[in-house]
Amino acid sequence: MPLSASEPYDLAVIGAGSAGLAGAVAGSELGLSVALLDTSAQTGGQFYRAPAPTLGAVRPEALHHDWSAYTDLRRRLARSDVRHLPGHHVWSVTKGDEEGVGGGAGDGLWAVHAVTGADGSGERPVRVRARAVLLATGAYERQLPFPGWMLPGVVGAGGAQAMLKSGLVLPGRHVVVAGSGPLLLAVASSLAAAGARVPAVVEASGYLRYARYPRALATNPHKAAEALIHGAALLRHRVRVRVRSAVTEVHGTDRVEAVTVTRLDRDWRPVRGTGRRIACDALAVGHGLVPQIELATALGCATRPLSDGTRALALDGLQETSVRGLWAAGETGGVGGAQLARLEGELAAVTVAARVLGRPAHGGRVRELRRRRDRMRAFADAMAAVHAPGRGWPRWLTDDTDVCRCEEVTAGRIREAIEDLGARDARSVKLLTRAGMGWCQGRMCGSAVACLATRGHTAEPPAERRPFATPVPLSALAALDGPAAPLATEPGGPADEPGGRTTTASGPDASPGDG
Amino acid sequence: MARTPAELVGAQPGPPFRITFDGRPVTALPGQSVAAALWGAGILAWRTTRVGGRPRGAFCGIGQCYDCLATINGEPNRRACLVPARPGDAITTQEGHGRAALGV
Repeated sequence: MPLSASEPYDLAVIGAGSAGLAGAVAGSELGLSVALLDTSAQTGGQFYRAPAPTLGAVRPEALHHDWSAYTDLRRRLARSDVRHLPGHHVWSVTKGDEEGVGGGAGDGLWAVHAVTGADGSGERPVRVRARAVLLATGAYERQLPFPGWMLPGVVGAGGAQAMLKSGLVLPGRHVVVAGSGPLLLAVASSLAAAGARVPAVVEASGYLRYARYPRALATNPHKAAEALIHGAALLRHRVRVRVRSAVTEVHGTDRVEAVTVTRLDRDWRPVRGTGRRIACDALAVGHGLVPQIELATALGCATRPLSDGTRALALDGLQETSVRGLWAAGETGGVGGAQLARLEGELAAVTVAARVLGRPAHGGRVRELRRRRDRMRAFADAMAAVHAPGRGWPRWLTDDTDVCRCEEVTAGRIREAIEDLGARDARSVKLLTRAGMGWCQGRMCGSAVACLATRGHTAEPPAERRPFATPVPLSALAALDGPAAPLATEPGGPADEPGGRTTTASGPDASPGDG
Repeated sequence: MARTPAELVGAQPGPPFRITFDGRPVTALPGQSVAAALWGAGILAWRTTRVGGRPRGAFCGIGQCYDCLATINGEPNRRACLVPARPGDAITTQEGHGRAALGV
């Protein structure tokens, strides 16, 4: 599929999950030239993560909900002129000084900077220029620490799901699933279907709290149906769900041997004397999802606090962030699931097309998308409120529990920074203890540290601005030197001149210009 | 009812191949990440931490937490949950920052 000289692209989409795929194909179908960048070798994001083709899965849908919605998008992508760039890890988005769609003098094109390869260690850095950017970077799992959570065999609930969906492997034979949020039921039913025993699902909130949001439930019957499907699967596998409980300790020396499950009061404080030991060889744990928005916050995009203590991008009615020319869709605007993400991706694409091509969007289509989006957003907000961590969870920490996994900073040291040294926010705690200063850039411990620092009284402060969203070799930065130097190393390389090349690179290590 | 993930999805993978973990042979399937191949062999830890020297392996499974760092073919700090396993790969437990040879 030859491309016309489409660099700069009309639209660069970052993330090829539900929101990004929907945005890319809708944008392309409306006549935009589109580049679609994603870290993975395959599209689908985390929700539609699937085994590599060489694993030969005949029924990938057995591990998925609503699989046909994804295969439909995949088919449209294959038919489109979208330039799919797999194995691209975006570490920064910047504004250049050429003509863009921002309007007004001095507004420029966006530059999307990426390192390449399966884990970003490939040799060739890439820069993609575009008139508009759609951020569809999804979410990652929120973790709350507890004694023993560093033991091998304790894995993220989403992590267990991801490893199962893509690698067809399990962390153990007897896997307890714990934490909070609707993902737990999906994870438990997948693990059980794939042959694991699930001795218990341990949910810190109570599902009855959904009853406080009758309108959101009544107008989103598909969500209730999805819960019923998972519930029925758990019954079939005889999995017991314990609500208002948490894993408060993991036992074992080199790996998980058992967990202690304790009843919680309304504020998630462990109820003394209710601990019960459950034998298992793995624990899959997570406390909901955190919107992945650091590329946007680095650009100064406004955020809004969610009722579960996380932050999402503040978007206008047409998915644009507070920074003109930068749109967002899906979990970046608040965690709401794949169906909402597809709607928002499409709505963003329609708006971008109207702006870039300078012709009005189809009013009926926009109204319908907005109506459905608003209905689903209401459910997403209810879900965040139901599974918001209670203020009492730090009671299950001991002084020697590691809170920051990267820097091995204990709860005792963090308490010392707060109580003795006067830290009142995550940043001060970080500067005093190194919590959040490691490889993961605070993604794993950030929520917990913020909650400890503010003593659970306020929502997390706006995300810190960090210049790198992913580790970048010095050589990639050196390649930025000099405005005239193209980042792609080959002359006429793909980041500069994609014309006449194939639209899809074949593997995670393939450069987009191969072919 | 499916007894394994591969049975659940009706996997018909290409021919399995061999990698090594600290010199021991491990069987991997084409398309699996290094972490998935190790999990498949019941191995959950392939790194020791810089401060406490404690064992770690895959945690988030999606490249965000960096707990799964491994030394792959002599190169440290590779995210095992992202890097595909290739025939003959030598995976070794990464100790600390993985660059003891630099003397830092």
